[in-house]
Amino acid sequence: MKLLEPGTEIDGFSVLECIHSGGMAHIYRVEYAVGAPNPGFPLAMKIPRMTAGDGAENIVSFEVELQILPTLTGPHVPRFVAAGDLERLPYLVMEYCSGHTLQHWLDADERPDVATIARLGAAMGRAAHSLHQQNVCHLDLKPGNVLFTHDNHAVLLDFGLSCHAHYPDLLAEELRRAVGSPAWIAPEQVVGVRGDPRSDIFAIGVMLYELATGELPFGAPSTQGGLRQRLWMAPVPPRQHRPDLPEWLQETILRCLEPEAAQRHPSAAHLAFDLAHPDQVPISERGQRQHGLGLRTQFKRWIKAVGMHYQPSPLPTRQIEEVPIVMVAVPHDDVTDATLYSLRQAVGRSLGIRPGARLACVTVLSPSASSSTDSERSETALHRQHRARLKQWAEPLDLAGHSVSYHVLEAGDVAQALVRYAEGNQVSMMILGAATHGLQTQRFIATVPMRVARDAPCTVILVKQALPFAQLAREYSE
Amino acid sequence: MKLALLSDIHSNRQALDACMEHARAQGAQRFAWLGDLVGYGADPGYAVRQAMALVAQGHCVIGGNHDALAVHPLQPNDPAARTVAAQGASWTHAQLTAPERDFLAALPLVAEVGGVLLVHASADAPERWRYVDNEMVAQQCLDAATQRPGIRHVFCGHVHRNTLYYRGTGRRLMRFTPQPGVAIPVPRHRQWVATIGSVGQPRDGDPRAMYALLDTDAWLLRFERVAYDHATAAAAIRATGALPDDFARRLELGR
Repeated sequence: MKLLEPGTEIDGFSVLECIHSGGMAHIYRVEYAVGAPNPGFPLAMKIPRMTAGDGAENIVSFEVELQILPTLTGPHVPRFVAAGDLERLPYLVMEYCSGHTLQHWLDADERPDVATIARLGAAMGRAAHSLHQQNVCHLDLKPGNVLFTHDNHAVLLDFGLSCHAHYPDLLAEELRRAVGSPAWIAPEQVVGVRGDPRSDIFAIGVMLYELATGELPFGAPSTQGGLRQRLWMAPVPPRQHRPDLPEWLQETILRCLEPEAAQRHPSAAHLAFDLAHPDQVPISERGQRQHGLGLRTQFKRWIKAVGMHYQPSPLPTRQIEEVPIVMVAVPHDDVTDATLYSLRQAVGRSLGIRPGARLACVTVLSPSASSSTDSERSETALHRQHRARLKQWAEPLDLAGHSVSYHVLEAGDVAQALVRYAEGNQVSMMILGAATHGLQTQRFIATVPMRVARDAPCTVILVKQALPFAQLAREYSE
Repeated sequence: MKLALLSDIHSNRQALDACMEHARAQGAQRFAWLGDLVGYGADPGYAVRQAMALVAQGHCVIGGNHDALAVHPLQPNDPAARTVAAQGASWTHAQLTAPERDFLAALPLVAEVGGVLLVHASADAPERWRYVDNEMVAQQCLDAATQRPGIRHVFCGHVHRNTLYYRGTGRRLMRFTPQPGVAIPVPRHRQWVATIGSVGQPRDGDPRAMYALLDTDAWLLRFERVAYDHATAAAAIRATGALPDDFARRLELGR
């Protein structure tokens, strides 16, 4: 299809200018022709380049996007507006999102600082998680397809190679060939798996590697053999390219790039969590590695990779539901042992049935608790003290296989602080005492748990404390 | 046009009523029943009378193997008479009036409605009652159906499960298990085979009745699951005193 002139009208939309002319499609800014309602946001129209010379995959990927985009909601995707009939006049009208794609950061002369890399990475993790929660795997995340808006959240673009578990996968075929962009594609995609959310985590890992070092971890292979390399090869550790990178960032990036999906972060929310809380990332050999893996290890991984083959994926939502972020609000004053005990029991039960869950222990301090003059009550000393308390509280839990982190927040409004924390970290479940956080203010006794239950973006479990031991004894004697 | 596709009703009055009511509430304008009106269940007469009324109003009903069996039940000395399907066929036969049997006997085995082909079993040999339960049979069914001018979709019953077969980027058909309640685009530039499941005897472990809604303007296909009073349907089977208890139990389990 040749380029449209500004002013052309298509199905009630009037074309403004061409903003992108890619191999697959042209994208135009458009607006409603006179008389139609204003949607309240700018519009873009995507028209596939479908002429005799263009391949069939081109048309199929447009059809895939046509199938998936209208079903998506939330701030991490452009809003769908209208679609033209595929056989007559194929087009997609969607929200035009302004901002820079990740490519912008990669094209800059200087590499971004660690805080920026972490911020961009966490935003991508949150966006990918939002997609996975809607049963979609993007499967083509790359710098040109991730856009950062002015308020710093990530919008994912181009769903032409995506897979929605509720619809037949039009890109699937019995030969299970790799579909995706060679530099960013995950190893399991190379063998034809389309439906593992952790493939998107791998692609984010490649982008973080690029951001941090300016290099592609696996190059941009053009052959099947080149693609298969990532089934076993470990990339050069990022710190070898850039020694000023912290170990925790290398740990996080290399974890994303693990050839076996099960070795990566279990969900994109976990990845975003690590990038938002660097001090809580446990550093393993991965983070400290100074050279690529030795021949022996590479060989072992190669042997393992030979057996890697296609297997069907369960629903993305089911996969990520099994690895939730569970948060527990542990009160610190006016709290009985019975309450702390009951909370721990509830956390133990919740983790017990979710082997991949991660636990975040949170306590909220009043800002007036710290003092800038008294060194015993200085902010850092106080935080350290409370973090130690949280660790002590969690000690009796069986935490094998779970990642755990400890967080001390400072806020006057406890309920709001807990809700914001849950929102900001994609928490799936919050556990708190039914009558904790403010026992000294009897009038407000129920307000914190009730407000949290009302406002939290996730499931809230309110734990009734076990009866005080003294009362238990009395009841037995009656 | 919104076309409601119901199959394998199997004399289950409660499931049939629930699905028909659900389909009407969804705006279904036309109905097509894909065979096996009777067999297994306790209300064969009701199912057949409903079908007769639908046909009189211009809707479509085709026949299935259980309908044929109810018209001509096997003789007890026939070895095939011991199969589960044959059990109770003579009971069903006895429940039906002569005009009801004549109606079943006269049902066509294939029909075209709204540009799609409907068949109880496989379109390549409808009278052989083949199960369209894998990609290969689905391909043969599709090949036969698309011999007819303008046909891009074929809908089948008989297997009591929801499956959609489609062509991806490869040559062979791919199998897809649909999610109830999700409208799936089934555009006419592709070819599709769907088994729409069973109204009266679901077998996938979920006791809810199954049917499908096809929008032939937007070309959207939605598989539906409808909860119904399966306890009453099972009680009715037990109350006959003639049908095996297993027929009742499987309704409660969806097996």
